Amino acid sequence: MVVGIDLGSRTVKAVFLRNGVIEDAQVVLGGSDPYETAVSLLKRYPRCPVIATGYGRHALKETWAEKVITEIKAHAIGARYLFPSCRTVIDVGGQDSKAIALDANGNFTNFQMNDKCAAGTGKFLEIMAQSLGYDIDEFARVGLRETRAVPINSMCTVFAESEVISLISKRVKKAEIALGLHEAMVTRVASMANRVGVVKDVVFSGGVARNPTMVSLLEKKLKTEVKVAAAPDITGALGAALAAEGMLN
Amino acid sequence: MAVDRHPLWKSLGIDLERNDEFLGMLGVVYPEVYLSQPNRPKGMAYFDEVTFDIHGAPIQEMLDEKERTGAQIVGTFCIYVPDEIILALGGIPVGLCGGSAYSFPDADTMMPRNICPLIRSYVGFKVGKLSPFFECCDFLVGETTCDAKKKTWEILDDLQPTYVMELPQRKDEIDRGLWREEIARFIEKMEEASGKKITVDALKDGIRRVNAKRRALKRLYEARKAVPAPISGKDALLVSQLAFYDQIDRFTEKVNALSDELEARVRDGVGVVAKDAPRLFISGTPQVIPNWKIHHVVESSGGIVVGEETCTGIRYFNDLVDESPDTVDGLIDALASRSLSINCSCFTPNDDRIQQVIEWVKASRADGVIYYVLQFCHAYNVEYVKMERALREAGIPVLKIESDYGDEDVGQIKTRIEAFMEQIA
Repeated sequence: MVVGIDLGSRTVKAVFLRNGVIEDAQVVLGGSDPYETAVSLLKRYPRCPVIATGYGRHALKETWAEKVITEIKAHAIGARYLFPSCRTVIDVGGQDSKAIALDANGNFTNFQMNDKCAAGTGKFLEIMAQSLGYDIDEFARVGLRETRAVPINSMCTVFAESEVISLISKRVKKAEIALGLHEAMVTRVASMANRVGVVKDVVFSGGVARNPTMVSLLEKKLKTEVKVAAAPDITGALGAALAAEGMLN
Repeated sequence: MAVDRHPLWKSLGIDLERNDEFLGMLGVVYPEVYLSQPNRPKGMAYFDEVTFDIHGAPIQEMLDEKERTGAQIVGTFCIYVPDEIILALGGIPVGLCGGSAYSFPDADTMMPRNICPLIRSYVGFKVGKLSPFFECCDFLVGETTCDAKKKTWEILDDLQPTYVMELPQRKDEIDRGLWREEIARFIEKMEEASGKKITVDALKDGIRRVNAKRRALKRLYEARKAVPAPISGKDALLVSQLAFYDQIDRFTEKVNALSDELEARVRDGVGVVAKDAPRLFISGTPQVIPNWKIHHVVESSGGIVVGEETCTGIRYFNDLVDESPDTVDGLIDALASRSLSINCSCFTPNDDRIQQVIEWVKASRADGVIYYVLQFCHAYNVEYVKMERALREAGIPVLKIESDYGDEDVGQIKTRIEAFMEQIA
């Protein structure tokens, strides 16, 4: 038995493996004290080896986790387990986004991560949905109906918001703005992926991979199929759990 | 008992309250970053002492010498400005580059915010009257190494007399001619300021003293090539940083003493980390005191920095000046040759730098390179394109980090550096 726990900026994810099989997986909002949230998740499971990942990983070190690994390594392991032919991982989470290159054996050989701001992250989409008055799920489905996108130039969350407000005041259709925002985001994420070099199979992980508009625009942009797991947000926690299992062997 | 430096600072017109605040912050950070390290060489005690009294003893010492000999105290900002000439004419060179975000708000009262943090920091130290180093200088010497610096001299000159040397941007014969002329012109400037005349002996003596300092630093860096490393990257970086402030001859002696100790450690196989700790080599822009950000992240994540190809590292000491010419003209040629063998990205082309980095990385048995760029430094930032290609071809993993002096990106940088160490493990 092992647990992988991923303390992300928005949510905390846990995966519990018994005999190499996922027995339980949880995704909960981190709230104002992600450490406490993580501890209460860990208390659900019998005491067993834990590996922590995500930006809050060090908080669990020496208390609950035997070891920490970065979310880059965790996503590489998790994505490879879910899709054994995976060579490129694109992970877009709440606070950061990254592109990871894997060699034929699954070792990661290069990666790119967004800069310190929220540009190109889930937080960006969340704030933009809010300023357009969308519920986040409805916002994420906009690309399924709308075909016209108004170009958005800013990737800075603050500037993009003022750009959106000025478009609203020009009475541009909300759905066109929403699609434009997704396109701007995909352009950013795709250029990061191209920097590490896109090799098939491409796996899209992290919470933002549940956004169907992002998935279809990314496929168009990269001109290749993008694979998404049924629960893409637990990829990092799964990778950490698998690393914990590897540590036992 | 430490000497009360307030009367000294007051006499220089320093903003006492803020200087206390700045030094107070340093007094908290330094023990945390430095004194907590295990198994430090004993020879570091001297450098700790200098750092703890950084705005005190070095300043008093320079002012005492000035009173005794009439020495000109000359502030410089770049390793191309020849300290040898300042020393030959009885002066004291001191580095004034800024390494702290503390003075940003002062710079922002007059300068654009989106500029290199090193410049933003020193302009702030000047504008806010926060640096006794600035305030004890008779004049400053700038150079045309980059656009932001070039324009900053014009503004700084309103606050303190600033002389500018024109550094060429290529290394052809025509450029050597220009730089030779610039060195000769700087000798005239120093002669005028000091009221002395240059002599062959005095110039040779200046060259010998600076070469001795460079040789001592080179010994220190040679010792770092050993596995396990006998000294932390943070400690070695501190020594390189203090090379710009401390009295030259004593500094050289202390670095040699430290190197003796490190060489003994290497013989005995003693290190500050385990043999298998990931070894990282830094290449890029200068890391001015108290900028220990990257080194601290690497070394608090289980890695070790084994060398810096920066102005606060190899570029500072790697090239010596030929001491053999017996005429002032011959020595000027030798000074020009040394300058033009330094591989700074302000030159084009600058392919020798790439070769130099690859050689040092191999010799240091480094597992990977962190390419460090201060935000808004276009020359080093763009040069990365060629550097990355060459390093990858040579099979050397590289991670680029662009950052300034704030702490807001430390979490991100920590994730990247830890992931890089996982990648090269």
